[in-house]
Amino acid sequence: MEVDRSDVSFIRRKVKVNKMVNNSILLKLENIKTYFFLPKGLFKTIVVKAVDNVSLEMKKGESLAIVGESGSGKTTLGRTAIKLVEPTGGKIIFDGKDITNLNDGREMKNFRRMAQIIFQDPFMSLNPYMTIREILEEPLIIHGFNDQKERNEIIIKALVDVKLQPPEEFLLKYPHMLSGGQRQRVGIARAMVLGPKFIVADEPVSMIDASSRAEILYLFKSLQEKYNLTFMYITHDIATAKYFSDYLAVMYLGKIVEYGPSREVIMNPKHPYTAALISAVPDPDPNNRFIYRKVISGEIPSAVHPPPGCRFHTRCPYKFEVCDKKEPELETLDSSHKVACHLYTKK
Amino acid sequence: MASNVLEVEKLNLAYKTLRGDLLAVNDVSFSLKPGETLGIVGESGCGKSSTAYALMKMIPSNTSIFTGKIIVDGENIMEMDDSDLRKKVRWKKISMVFQGAMNSLNPVIKVGFQVAEPLIVHDNVPKKEALEKAKELFKLVGLPQDFINRYPHELSGGMKQRVVIAMSLVLNPKILILDEPTSALDVMIQAQIMNMLKDLRKSLNLSIIFITHDIALASDLCDKIAVMYGGQIMELGTAEQVLLDPRHPYASKLIGSIPTLRSDKKLEFIPGAPPDLVNPPPGCRFSPRCPYRFELCDKEEPPIYILDGGRQIRCFLYKEKGQGE
Ligand SMILES: Nc1ncnc2c1ncn2[C@@H]1O[C@H](COP(=O)(O)OP(=O)(O)OP(=O)(O)O)[C@@H](O)[C@H]1O
Ligand SMILES: Nc1ncnc2c1ncn2[C@@H]1O[C@H](COP(=O)(O)OP(=O)(O)OP(=O)(O)O)[C@@H](O)[C@H]1O
Ligand code: SF4
Ligand code: SF4
Ligand SMILES: [Mg+2]
Ligand SMILES: [Mg+2]
Repeated sequence: MEVDRSDVSFIRRKVKVNKMVNNSILLKLENIKTYFFLPKGLFKTIVVKAVDNVSLEMKKGESLAIVGESGSGKTTLGRTAIKLVEPTGGKIIFDGKDITNLNDGREMKNFRRMAQIIFQDPFMSLNPYMTIREILEEPLIIHGFNDQKERNEIIIKALVDVKLQPPEEFLLKYPHMLSGGQRQRVGIARAMVLGPKFIVADEPVSMIDASSRAEILYLFKSLQEKYNLTFMYITHDIATAKYFSDYLAVMYLGKIVEYGPSREVIMNPKHPYTAALISAVPDPDPNNRFIYRKVISGEIPSAVHPPPGCRFHTRCPYKFEVCDKKEPELETLDSSHKVACHLYTKK
Repeated sequence: MASNVLEVEKLNLAYKTLRGDLLAVNDVSFSLKPGETLGIVGESGCGKSSTAYALMKMIPSNTSIFTGKIIVDGENIMEMDDSDLRKKVRWKKISMVFQGAMNSLNPVIKVGFQVAEPLIVHDNVPKKEALEKAKELFKLVGLPQDFINRYPHELSGGMKQRVVIAMSLVLNPKILILDEPTSALDVMIQAQIMNMLKDLRKSLNLSIIFITHDIALASDLCDKIAVMYGGQIMELGTAEQVLLDPRHPYASKLIGSIPTLRSDKKLEFIPGAPPDLVNPPPGCRFSPRCPYRFELCDKEEPPIYILDGGRQIRCFLYKEKGQGE
């Protein structure tokens, strides 16, 4: 019954997947800013800089995890990427087309088909009064699949894809008749029916029991490989990101502070915040109780008044003169590992 | 060896529901020594909070079964009447931080007063003296002492959690139950609180029952770990036994499903869903999901076997190796 810790087949498979990735870029975000403007009293406005100048690229078939603490801007970034929120500034290039200012019309409808989102809460995101069949059929009807037989085929295939089997058994069920894991599969099937290229999954397993999380994440992985999906995995759980994402971006107060291949970033973190985040997370290890966890003090400052210069300087153990004066840019260290920290700025 | 501050024997707790009795705590036994920390881990709905409330004898009005022994400091509180319990035991010997407690602080009362209140109201301690005690406790849980004058909305989540921990300590209990004390907090704040709890345990020689769904987090504090499933403890042993060499199929698969940052493994998962506690599966509660299931498993309920080194296992695979209880 012991876990074989020498089993590296998973890593080997991962390398293979990376090679298969077709090099063309699906999504490119350029200097994205997403601000929220909240009225304060009659004349004042509070500006929440939820995402502040983020640039990134995702290749076709690649998975990217966005990690960071609560309020760091992960959800806003994901929602901006699929235009559920309008960016305040910057550009979104999808499949070679600038879609930043797309509003409605055929092209927008096509984008809505290609880019899907899966939500955190499998209990809230499914209409309790609709059967699974109706839930899966709705997007198809909206997108003009008028042939009932075709719709049926697509729905059955989606249920098989997410391993709700036999599919006929689930068609007439209501969400409350399913377990949390099964409900999340329905959420995934709903995202899959339109044949998307890009999926944003926002904390898709955080409401699911630990022993079932990997099952759902393996499912994502297999769909990603089968359909060459590009997959943005938003999570506060850096450990699952290590196992299930090719790349990792760490956010702090609306900015990406570090980016690189997941394992590389976790084994060899460069940004002081990434290092602190990793050391805060325990692995199940009986020695933990005899040691103190290395932590940084304080909490994330508000996104309304982010600290000047490096946003992390108020908590950084390595802070030096320039840190509170100049904002560090996200710079490439080697190949694809990037970090935004003055410790690494070339003099 | 110091004697136990807490002994729980064959604890059962069931709720009356529309569908029938729901057995949330079933034949639970364990003990706790002074200064020792026991982790109770398990997935949502397995009966962790129910066990905790039972230990405080704070059971809901729809309770249909409540049996067993709860021996606190030598006295079986199951046989104690309510007024004695309130005078001598609850909050004074055994205390608890409820799941989500930080959200139920009174918004219009200063947090220092909320901490001091039991002293003033129940023990007739003068207000000034009680607030001094609150200050002392604030220091202990890592809050600036002048924060006693703040209102809950002036505190962050992590600070509020420290306040409710201070509250639970005001009557100097020997045993503290912490029910998911960090699950609403970010990892960085969680780590700060875990470090604080390590200090607290040492300086007060507290015995702690630490309840969490996060087994990795349990390893940060716990000397012993009990893995619950479907209202029962499936495995109980030292942190080393349970984390490094889990023997119960459920405990083993659960630990195999936890992603690790510092090592690599093939992640496992457990197909299926936890049992319905109103209509539990016949025999072993884990049998519908257990890869090692054999004939006996869905016919009889496995008893607790005690293995070498004192660990408890509820699984027929250990019928020969262990001693029946
Ligand atoms: N619709 C909105 N209106 C105003 N402010 C918002 C809105 N959505 C998000 N924010 C603010 O933007 C910041 C980033 O929020 P966001 O939800 O993107 O963070 P997150 O990293 O996803 O956090 P979590 O881990 O808690 O989900 C926060 O300060 C949040 O309060
Ligand atoms: N007063 C009640 N009446 C009926 N059923 C209840 C009551 N309180 C709890 N339950 C049920 O008892 C079972 C155990 O609940 P309990 O809260 O003890 O689980 P838990 O392990 O603490 O879960 P979580 O991790 O979600 O906090 C669940 O099925 C729950 O729905
Ligand atoms: S730029 Fe300065 S303050 Fe910011 S992370 Fe680097 S060293 Fe720390
Ligand atoms: S008693 Fe049987 S079904 Fe239950 S855990 Fe042991 S082997 Fe599995
Ligand atoms: Mg979010
Ligand atoms: Mg609970």
